[in-house]
Amino acid sequence: MFLKFSLRSVFYGAGGGNDIQWCFSQVKGAVDDDVAEGAVLSGKLPEILLVSVPPSLPPPFLPLWVLIQMKIHKRISALRKMKCFPCQFSNTIKSAQLNTSALMSVSFFDQADIISTVEFNHSGELLATGDKGGRVVIFQQEQENKTQSHSRGEYNVYSTFQSHEPEFDYLKSLEIEEKINKIRWLPQKNAAQFLLSTNDKTIKLWKISERDKRPEGYNLKEEDGRYRDPTTVTTLRVPVFRPMDLMVEASPRRIFANAHTYHINSISINSDYETYLSADDLRINLWHLEITDRSFNIVDIKPANMEELTEVITAAEFHPNSCNTFVYSSSKGTIRLCDMRASALCDRHSKLFEEPEDPSNRSFFSEIISSISDVKFSHSGRYMMTRDYLSVKIWDLNMENRPVETYQVHEYLRSKLCSLYENDCIFDKFECCWNGSDSIVMTGSYNNFFRMFDRNTKRDITLEASRENNKPRTVLKPRKVCASGKRKKDEISVDSLDFNKKILHTAWHPKENIIAVATTNNLYIFQDKMN
Amino acid sequence: MLRGRRRMECTLDAQSLISISLRKIHSSRTQRGGIKLHKNLLVSYVLRNARQLYLSERYAELYRRQQHYPDGAPLLAMPAACPPPAAAPPELAALPLPADAQDREARSCAAARGGAELLEGPVCAAPPELQRAPCRDSSPAFYRAAGSAGPGGGGGGSSAPPGLLYAAGCDFASGGAPHCSSRTTVLDLDTHVVTTVENGYLHQDCCSQCPCCCQPAPGLASPPPTPGTKRKYYPGQEEEEGVEEGEPGGGGVAGGPPFAPCTKRARFEEYSAEHPQDSSNISNLISIFGSGFTGLVSRQQADSEQPLNGQLCSKQALASLGAWTRAIVAF
Repeated sequence: MFLKFSLRSVFYGAGGGNDIQWCFSQVKGAVDDDVAEGAVLSGKLPEILLVSVPPSLPPPFLPLWVLIQMKIHKRISALRKMKCFPCQFSNTIKSAQLNTSALMSVSFFDQADIISTVEFNHSGELLATGDKGGRVVIFQQEQENKTQSHSRGEYNVYSTFQSHEPEFDYLKSLEIEEKINKIRWLPQKNAAQFLLSTNDKTIKLWKISERDKRPEGYNLKEEDGRYRDPTTVTTLRVPVFRPMDLMVEASPRRIFANAHTYHINSISINSDYETYLSADDLRINLWHLEITDRSFNIVDIKPANMEELTEVITAAEFHPNSCNTFVYSSSKGTIRLCDMRASALCDRHSKLFEEPEDPSNRSFFSEIISSISDVKFSHSGRYMMTRDYLSVKIWDLNMENRPVETYQVHEYLRSKLCSLYENDCIFDKFECCWNGSDSIVMTGSYNNFFRMFDRNTKRDITLEASRENNKPRTVLKPRKVCASGKRKKDEISVDSLDFNKKILHTAWHPKENIIAVATTNNLYIFQDKMN
Repeated sequence: MLRGRRRMECTLDAQSLISISLRKIHSSRTQRGGIKLHKNLLVSYVLRNARQLYLSERYAELYRRQQHYPDGAPLLAMPAACPPPAAAPPELAALPLPADAQDREARSCAAARGGAELLEGPVCAAPPELQRAPCRDSSPAFYRAAGSAGPGGGGGGSSAPPGLLYAAGCDFASGGAPHCSSRTTVLDLDTHVVTTVENGYLHQDCCSQCPCCCQPAPGLASPPPTPGTKRKYYPGQEEEEGVEEGEPGGGGVAGGPPFAPCTKRARFEEYSAEHPQDSSNISNLISIFGSGFTGLVSRQQADSEQPLNGQLCSKQALASLGAWTRAIVAF
């Protein structure tokens, strides 16, 4: 895997974030800028073809942003009838606010289409996304065309299914959101693919399998399913399997429920591929993939007196190689590494990673911006990366008192924390990811910007995911935010950043330079320029 | 939304931060998916920070006034000088109030950890902050905004800003609103234990109306206590005093009797928190909001020597913001 990667690097001169020239590849999702009169949808067709979802599926099954290729007006009228997108924005709002110098754009799309998680599988062939409506959409990379050696295969929709439904907990009078918080792939063991998806309370193991044959030639059934009159059967035959159009089926194989009182924020599959952990605000549970009625609680930070609560768990992950090691991050900016061999309940950490706070940076919001929103091990297992509101930190597992590298993602926001607190943006949970060789890390920001940091060359780059760079193989132009002072040409001032357009979820192909970047309701795929 | 404002600055006013935070906590009650523990915890941190700054400013100002008018005139001015607390309640009052506070079930604080344990609740985050979190905090830089508060208070605290120190306590109590107690039912999401909390929170307000409390002159005139002086306990009512050291807000002024009832009452809810007269961890609303966030502060002061004066001021602080807390509890 790494050999292949480095060969490519040598060939294309890629060695870091700035040596790679990133090109637009695809975008999935509805265009939300132009709005047809009275309709929620845009007038433009997205460039996607649905390949495998049978048209007989009921309309609400289809996410709005994965559309069947139809005529535009037919689609709009059909979707209007479906009423599957209760839109909170009416035309009156639109006209009222268009003239205001709003720093947050108003977009017209269904809340259910907000992408909430993005994940490549272990080979990189499949890309799964989860959204706020509880749906999972899986894209598959098409086989590399030998004749088209200048571009890698495109990602097309492979399967889409409703993973979680909204639920109501009658005992506590709580509504449980169906939003998919995390998706994690299992490594492939047979022809089928397996993934875990979770919402706030329930984790489900889904099996995605292909069916390209079906039995034909029944004696008592016609081909369309009607039963034949037995008296008309004169001969007998043995049904045989004949090829059919490829159908991809998703079925829930396990449902892991009722183990979490608080909201699940992470799941992580162990390197033994038999167990996995799920973490909520105060507890971490260990599951076996085969057993759904029991889980072991391995971390519990709930204080005896809830009034003494000072921190919550924000993310957790198993070590990629050591099946006994996992880490969890807290809202206080600390990371604890635990060894499950030490005791059954891993309340006492083996290592505590914490960087002392810089007192000169103290403000009202110090606690908020130090809260860690994501933690990811490097593929090698030697390092881990944490994301807090303003920075990305890389820690060496052997050194606990400070990170080995710190990268500022958008330091210019430090003086705007008050406004960001007002509009709730300060609570945004950005994720981060490593590239396949652990040399570059990537994370998202506002205004649909995302940032990459090359650990070797110490260079960084800011790119934008927007439909303006729409043509395939268009090289993305680096962007720059001007913090203060004179704004140079092509720079954007902090005050004109759109804080409604945020990139929280990004994923990097495990082997190649292909990245998936999720804006609010669109998924962008970029790849490096191939010559 | 920034409502059309082009510029990204907003005033770092402690007051507005507090009201914004309370609004967030209140609106989190109605959000889909239940109360988010993490977000409410973070908001409570902001509340605590803003509250500390706000109090430091208030006390600094009061101390300055006192320097100018040593004869008790400020006390007459006191109620008028309490606009800040008054500013907040109208804003909160604009939010819809539940029909009947007493009968409403399963109302509880939606503040931080309360969010997980308690179903929905009045926006009571402010009172606990005001009551409990001692006025000192990390760096002095934090209080730059407060300005220098004068020399006299300087003796009191190491990290506490001067002027915070000793309190005129109950003098701050703005005019009397009737004592209101509330009954709240809380449900622990984990153990599914239902607890009914009966005690009223606002003994403070009771206290504020009692005449003995409002004898300003002697109280004000008394010099700030030297650090390390333990407060004398005047058993006026029922329980024995709990342990003082190690408790946030456990310090006090070795003041005269006028202070005693106030301080006694101020400590009442603190004691109730430990007293097992109520089942489970949730003793009363006061302990939820009063000793709530104890964890926030206790760890910070684990090593630092807390000036008793600083601790006292936190006790007195709640008296001063009685009007405000009333409005909040009404939620």
